[in-house]
Amino acid sequence: MSNVAIDLNGVTKSFGNKLVVNGLSLTVASGECFGLLGPNGAGKSTIARMVLGMTQPDAGKITVLGVPVPAQARLARKGIGVVPQFDNLDLEFTVRENLLVFGRYFGMSTRAIKAVIPSLLEFARLESKADARVGELSGGMKRRLTLARALINDPQLLVMDEPTTGLDPHARHLIWERLRFLLARGKTIILTTHFMEEAERLCDRLCVLEHGRNIAEGSPHALIEEHIGCNVIEIFGGNPQELGSLIRPYVQRIEVSGETLFCYTPDPEQVRVQLRGRAGLRLLERPPNLEDVFLRLTGREMEK
Amino acid sequence: MSEGYAAALPANAWNWVAVWRRNYLSWKKIALASMLGNLADPMIYLFGLGTGLGMMVGRVEDASYVAFLAAGMVATSAMTASTFETIYAAYPRMHHQRIWEAILYTQLTLGDIVLGELAWAATKAFLAGTVIAIVAVVVGYAAWPSLLYVLPAIALTGFAFASLAMVVTALAPSYHYFVFYQSLVLTPMLFLSGAVFPVTQLSAPFQQAAHFLPLAHSIDLIRPEMLDRPAGGIALHIGALCLYAVLPFFLSMVLLRRRLMR
Repeated sequence: MSNVAIDLNGVTKSFGNKLVVNGLSLTVASGECFGLLGPNGAGKSTIARMVLGMTQPDAGKITVLGVPVPAQARLARKGIGVVPQFDNLDLEFTVRENLLVFGRYFGMSTRAIKAVIPSLLEFARLESKADARVGELSGGMKRRLTLARALINDPQLLVMDEPTTGLDPHARHLIWERLRFLLARGKTIILTTHFMEEAERLCDRLCVLEHGRNIAEGSPHALIEEHIGCNVIEIFGGNPQELGSLIRPYVQRIEVSGETLFCYTPDPEQVRVQLRGRAGLRLLERPPNLEDVFLRLTGREMEK
Repeated sequence: MSEGYAAALPANAWNWVAVWRRNYLSWKKIALASMLGNLADPMIYLFGLGTGLGMMVGRVEDASYVAFLAAGMVATSAMTASTFETIYAAYPRMHHQRIWEAILYTQLTLGDIVLGELAWAATKAFLAGTVIAIVAVVVGYAAWPSLLYVLPAIALTGFAFASLAMVVTALAPSYHYFVFYQSLVLTPMLFLSGAVFPVTQLSAPFQQAAHFLPLAHSIDLIRPEMLDRPAGGIALHIGALCLYAVLPFFLSMVLLRRRLMR
């Protein structure tokens, strides 16, 4: 087995006349966590489905775990676990039965499945809910069960489509912690997200997608360094246009998103001096993060 | 198209069993209610029509009307049970509950899923038809040994109607469309296939049409056995039911692949 888990080469997909994935090439190495980052409609979910062989590319080549997809997707899926964007647990069954039934889809014997269920329940922190029906679970518990279900075949690769969308912060942190545990055990993860924090915390590398194209790729740190490289001051509460022209000489770049002015500056003190004495302004200085990269690369309200 | 279609076909001869077992596990929880639901209708027809109408009709094709009707109800109950399982249970599993989508994450193919659903619907049809047949035997409308020939015919009937209903499931945008299939296809078929009165009562064009209906073939297999008559054209009836089981299966695969795996 090579050390490449996923390889996409010139992959294109359109639905009707809408081009969703546009000549995309990317490589995910074994053991890394790779993020697909992009606004809604950027093609993230379509890419995840194509990796599973559930959507046919119009052009390009896809190789997953060493086999061509979709031609031999079934073989690839034996080594993949999937956490979809929307829960599709079997509501007629209990937590335990969901795992049992799903294991059978992988051709596992009842005995083999029953042997791994306790460790999966423990992993998902659902030991006390083993015999509860899925309908009784909270959103976070359902996601953890979906994650446990994805691990039933001991996959090398996990494909996750927005794994924490719709969860409260506590539930989200618990999922992140579980995913880091899996990465430490050598699993490969490809995840789609529009949470910058999620991508920054989990991903070794990521690519930013817009209109189905890869517009930037690298480690979160490298992307931040390359595209921002200085501190950020967020300014709320004034007229962004007016403030912008006032401080422009002292900053590298200004971006406006909604009512917030993001100013990227190597000299935050100068900016503060310029704004001193203005009532009703709130300033927040912070180190740059992926959100700034994202805003810069895809921001529709970009100033210059 | 061809490569993708090939990848969606059943992967092997046993993968479908996992889907069948999923449905069995779910059914076990509500088995009694489900059986009652499947049996009440044909039983009421059998004894309601059979005794009520039977008194007025007298003998039909040299048998009591109830005995004549019993064979029709065995085939009809199989038709209804497998149709309803496919349109009212498999459809939500495919559509609202996204259970098929979850199964497609595993090493099962779309063909494995469809085959498992068909086998499960045929199983329910087999169960419903068999109970009616046993009741008919117990009440004395047929002999025990006839079951030996009737039971496989019930299973085949179940498969054929599950397969046809799978095409409807693949095409239906929502539940509301199933009523067309029920009232415009199944109900006329009931009257054109000789379930409640002999086909010979129909005008010639309708009699011709009956030769193409799967329910008619099923009844022509089942009724002579139950009434202990010499049966004709067995190979033709079995062949026709097999075609109705196999061709819609492949058609539904094309339609479902387009629907679920764009």
